[in-house]
Amino acid sequence: MTAETFVGLFNYWVVICLMMTGFYIVISSGNLIKTVIGLNIFQTSVFLLYITMGKIDNGTAPILRGQHGHVESEIHAKIGPTAEVLHSVSHTEKTTEHVHDAVAAVGHLAHDGGPYSNPLPSVLMLTAIVVGIATTALALALIVRIREDYGSIEEDDILAMDKDAS
Amino acid sequence: MEQHFPVLLIAIPLVAAPLLVLIAQRRLVALLSLIVAWVVFAISLSLLGRVLAEGVIEYELGGWSAPYGIVYRIDCFNAFVMLFVSALGAIVLTYAPPSIDAEIPRSKHYLFYTSYLLCLTGLLGMCVTGDLFNVFVFLEISSLSSYALISLGKSRRAPLAAFQYLILGTIGATFFLLGIGLLYQITGTLNMADIARRLADSETPRAELVAFAFMTVGLCIKMAVFPLHTWLPNAYTYAPSVVTAFIAATATKVSVYAFARMIYTIYKPEFAFEALPLDRALAILSLIGIFIASTAAIYQTNVKRLLAYSSVAQIGYMLLGIGLATQSGVAAGVVHMFNHALIKGGLFMVVGCFALRIGSVRLVDLQGAAKTMPWTCFAWALGGLGLIGVPMTAGFVSKWMLLTATMEQGNWPVAILMLISSLLAVIYVWKVVEAIYFAEPSEKAKAASEAPLVMLLPMYAVIIASIFFGCCTIYSAELAQLAAGELLNLSGGSR
Repeated sequence: MTAETFVGLFNYWVVICLMMTGFYIVISSGNLIKTVIGLNIFQTSVFLLYITMGKIDNGTAPILRGQHGHVESEIHAKIGPTAEVLHSVSHTEKTTEHVHDAVAAVGHLAHDGGPYSNPLPSVLMLTAIVVGIATTALALALIVRIREDYGSIEEDDILAMDKDAS
Repeated sequence: MEQHFPVLLIAIPLVAAPLLVLIAQRRLVALLSLIVAWVVFAISLSLLGRVLAEGVIEYELGGWSAPYGIVYRIDCFNAFVMLFVSALGAIVLTYAPPSIDAEIPRSKHYLFYTSYLLCLTGLLGMCVTGDLFNVFVFLEISSLSSYALISLGKSRRAPLAAFQYLILGTIGATFFLLGIGLLYQITGTLNMADIARRLADSETPRAELVAFAFMTVGLCIKMAVFPLHTWLPNAYTYAPSVVTAFIAATATKVSVYAFARMIYTIYKPEFAFEALPLDRALAILSLIGIFIASTAAIYQTNVKRLLAYSSVAQIGYMLLGIGLATQSGVAAGVVHMFNHALIKGGLFMVVGCFALRIGSVRLVDLQGAAKTMPWTCFAWALGGLGLIGVPMTAGFVSKWMLLTATMEQGNWPVAILMLISSLLAVIYVWKVVEAIYFAEPSEKAKAASEAPLVMLLPMYAVIIASIFFGCCTIYSAELAQLAAGELLNLSGGSR
């Protein structure tokens, strides 16, 4: 592996480090709160992985700028005839020209804001973050109840208490 | 109206759940959730009818077409799984009121019903959707609500059991999410059929392999496959009886369904079984799991925990079938999902009756219960026969199919080990039968009375169904054959 690819994969190294750190905390920690923190770090690494894959250099959010209607009609004006021609005649020079025109037009419009990053992974992560928050909230609520019942949040102490009880 | 059934199946319980929190009146909430559960069952019944009559149903959410929008796709396999999940969801809820009255403080009842409906939504959603990320979301909906349900248990160990399940379950779900992410990176799509199509041309076997591994481990935690089953015994033991009956009957099976979808629909079986030795790994883990968990079940003194270990063992039989990759093998796995849902659901309902009337589920307290609770004990005997796999019960049908499927492949050692493992089931079922029928009654059992009719009727409905489907296999076994055929053809035909 060259140094360049190593640095190029920087985000992925971070993902792996975070994931292993979080996972290790979950496994090794006897304190319930620390376990939850470990779990959060573990989940965060996955968020980062998704966001990394959607992002490209200098990419922005794919929002068409300017007058919404204006842009749309411009694209329609360029693409509309192309589509019709495509339907009627195929493989003529004229079609190719039209297609080139349309592509250039869309490219030009896109150039106002582009290149664009893929928004989907970020949207997916929005959902996953919500799930993560719900999980953390539930875990903390459970810890509150465990502490009320046992007076401790150390797993070893709790298990020892259960052993004494039974 | 009828063409919107696939989404109504999810939307009705999902919308009803927060409404229950707003209403928060005990009786009204119980009634409303009962209606919702039965309506959902009726919808899934009509969906199954439609699938059998017209073939696969595709429903585009919001009218966005396939690879861009989310598609709900229903074929024989998931219609079948949805049917028994919603059936048991409705029956267990009918059975629930007296039991939760005794086990959950009245002020929390509406929260119980809310979580219950959310859990049902999540499980059905995992079945119905054709979008991989949607599977993750529904998986988390069902998991989060089941953690909450488990923590409602009376014992102080219930929150701890729920917490341990939460940690393991979240790790499993995150692994699954990671696998989805890698698959999305390879194919650029989340639609299952689309992923399958594009994976066929993909040139990055290593990334595919890693995605497959992550998703397999994630789902194995959720299924409670042998070395990853540690959350299950505690969770099942300390949860309220009703919750155990519902989750034991449905949750692990839906994960098995998702696993089968992953192997056969998204990946091709050749990939899972030839490039990777998953079939051998599954067979070995399943068999070890069957033996260790059955042996552990024999030594339990708490009947709920005994059944929980037996569940770990039974998951092994399902995976054995699904790992065979032949039509008869997959059909055996699928039919065992159904049969085990009935049998285990029924048996946990029996245990719920004991918990209500005797106030304990320890074997010493159950001694001699047959004198005061004859009907409940008789249900245990019938359900136990099914668990062992005695002829004329549902358990026999699935074990017979699994046996013939392994023999077709000439896999004698597996077949013989399966037969021996059934003997272990005889021991742990008999242990309880002996205690309740032939031992001197304990003080608590003497004071007990027969369980109320509201609980007995749904319980017998499930137990008798398990015998009905053992005598008359045309419905369950044929459906499973159809489902298995579809599953294998789909993966063979589209490439």
